[in-house]
Amino acid sequence: MKCRELAEFLNDYVSGELPEENRVHFEYHISKCKNCHEYMVQYEVVIKAGRIACDEMSDEMPAMPEELIKAVLASRTKP
Amino acid sequence: MASATPVDDEALLVAQLRAGEESAFEQVVRSYGGRLLAVARRIVGSEEDARDVVQDAFMNAFRSLDRFEGNAKLSTWLHRIVVNAALMKLRTRKRKPEQSIETLLPSFLDDGHHEERFKSWEEPVDKIMERAENRELVRKQIDALPEGYRTVLVLRDIEGLDTEETANVLGLSVNATKIRLHRARQALRTLLAPHFRSGVA
Repeated sequence: MKCRELAEFLNDYVSGELPEENRVHFEYHISKCKNCHEYMVQYEVVIKAGRIACDEMSDEMPAMPEELIKAVLASRTKP
Repeated sequence: MASATPVDDEALLVAQLRAGEESAFEQVVRSYGGRLLAVARRIVGSEEDARDVVQDAFMNAFRSLDRFEGNAKLSTWLHRIVVNAALMKLRTRKRKPEQSIETLLPSFLDDGHHEERFKSWEEPVDKIMERAENRELVRKQIDALPEGYRTVLVLRDIEGLDTEETANVLGLSVNATKIRLHRARQALRTLLAPHFRSGVA
């Protein structure tokens, strides 16, 4: 398996969907290739980072624009 | 812009909503609106559509308050309603032509090796994401992804939809959805790498 193929299989590997036969080759390659290993580490960090960033935005987002607040409240009382 | 007013007593707020107290509705919109608007924006992309989505969602929520179960969190319940409203919006929308993401994908030499040497990110993800400026940066870079990729990444990795659901909403095949998710993550990695390399954004 070349680095190029490994990069293609990354998605299936991290979600546990890579078939056994490919997985053996994948894991062999990654145990030998530091660069691919680093790439995989970063790929997984990115997934987690996205989740954390969007999860914790509750207290970090600016309030809704005033006119939208008014519109929402007005539409509630409309028949 | 002022940031959202925190809710101290959710149970009380819910009781006031059910009693139809006007001030409670206003408090809900003020407290949760900013976050919900950001959620909608991240899924549908445009500010105008996001505002529509939030307005629809609040109307829906207020009409179905009796279906809100006391043991759930109000914010979680509202979040789900907004996501559903946003998905509805996506379903009814014409698909835009796919934008290119090629320049953000890794490139390879003729012998199949990566062209780039990946420098390690010095800190573990939890440490990196402890800093508010990094959280902000990640959100910004997600929003900067080409639309067709951003949507898949947000629905799969952030909102937790499975591949089939995501494919369905976006009118894509399961395989195309998987490929897009993979490319979106790779592109996001490329966008974040220069900031995370040194450990400081």
